[in-house]
Amino acid sequence: MSKRIVVPFGPQHPVLPEPIHLDLVLEDETVVEAIPSIGYIHRGLERLIEKREFTEYVYVAERICGICSFMHAVCYSQGIEEIMKIEVPDRAHYLRTIWSECSRLHSHLLWLGLFADGMGFENLFMRSWRLRESVLDVLEDTSGGRVIQGTCKVGGVRRDIGAEKLAEMHRALDPFEEQCRDLGDVFLNDDTVKYRLQGLGVIPKDEAYALGAVGPTVRASGVAIDHRETGYAAYGDLGFKPVVETTGDCYARCAVRVKEVYASIDLIRRAIDQIPEGPLDVKVRGTPDGEYFSRVEQPRGEVIHYLRGNGTKHLTRARIRTPTLANIPILVKMLPNAQLADVPVVVLSIDPCISCTER
Amino acid sequence: MTVNEEQTIINVALDDLTREVEGLQADGYRLVQIGCTDIGGAYEVNYSFDRDYQYRNLRVTVGPETEVPSISSLYWGAFVYENEMHDLFGIPVTGINIDFKGTFIKTAEKYPFSVTRRGGDQCRNA
Repeated sequence: MSKRIVVPFGPQHPVLPEPIHLDLVLEDETVVEAIPSIGYIHRGLERLIEKREFTEYVYVAERICGICSFMHAVCYSQGIEEIMKIEVPDRAHYLRTIWSECSRLHSHLLWLGLFADGMGFENLFMRSWRLRESVLDVLEDTSGGRVIQGTCKVGGVRRDIGAEKLAEMHRALDPFEEQCRDLGDVFLNDDTVKYRLQGLGVIPKDEAYALGAVGPTVRASGVAIDHRETGYAAYGDLGFKPVVETTGDCYARCAVRVKEVYASIDLIRRAIDQIPEGPLDVKVRGTPDGEYFSRVEQPRGEVIHYLRGNGTKHLTRARIRTPTLANIPILVKMLPNAQLADVPVVVLSIDPCISCTER
Repeated sequence: MTVNEEQTIINVALDDLTREVEGLQADGYRLVQIGCTDIGGAYEVNYSFDRDYQYRNLRVTVGPETEVPSISSLYWGAFVYENEMHDLFGIPVTGINIDFKGTFIKTAEKYPFSVTRRGGDQCRNA
């Protein structure tokens, strides 16, 4: 047996600008064990709920993450609406769905770029991020914000997207999809990408499920869990089926995200086709008294906002379980038997968001 | 569309926790999360599970010094939540498969989420 050494990975690493630390136990160049550490920048945002009125906390929820910010606002608002039995207008549900899918698009394109960068495929990184820019432009155009949209609120949405703008978005989807399919073709079919990713960081279906993994990470192992199937927001009207791959390796996790880009474009197209006229919000009366585990499918997987109110304007507890926290155990299981040079690619394959984790 | 998801919350005694979790595991439920709520002098610990989008929640109520048995022998990934329970609330969890002994989440103040343990609300940044 070779002598074992411990190599620290992070909290600062070129492929991962956010702070997570792994102690990698190596035999020669092969990882035999990985021990994670987080908590370098824990912000304690859950406790801020005690000092902010329940309607104001939407702004805090949106700032948990700079990528899936809108979906945090949707998850939080949905939780309050369930506790208070608020019937949100259908048009607001559709607008939430459109902005959510735009968020998923830009998140996956961001990840595809970072993943390409992690593989050393710089040109692919630039192509991915160029496409992401056009999604950010749409978000800015429709909400006023590229990172924080600020359009979701308890009881509905703050802003409408006019018919002319929706038609313009619809017209832009076809050429955008064509560009995305050109990009996806490289990720799915390029020999160097396949050689780099296939057979790496394999997690079988049963193990992925037992570890409690979520999002594209678990769907790449053949487990069809996607909370959009439950039909929250407008997904029930749009007829959604999860994207699933079966090989459970880094290539499969990449393939799921590439195909989810296509699925998101299709969902936006259908949401624009079907969006009903009507009000954007309802007036919120009273204060929340009760509890609810609100669940939404973010780009990285299922997020949970557990909210509890006691009939005052301040909630007594918000507990936020982010997808990356749920995906840390599966990451620990992916790394053994990987080569040291492959560790950055394997870590990136779960699309870690430490900002979310350190809520 | 309103969600209208049925969410079952079952209060269980601490002594029955492991048996109940074993039952859910045998029924094919996945562990979704473990979370704590400080209810003033005690903690509610919610163990959340899901199977085919059916949400089940086991709830145990424990005192500040009560030792809670780890379920990481049943659900390997539980260690992230159990270390979090200890680091943010100070709840002692015994038998965690990967026990960071208080260093999983590094906070400037000990047990920042536990009003009970800290003797009052000292949330400085709020």
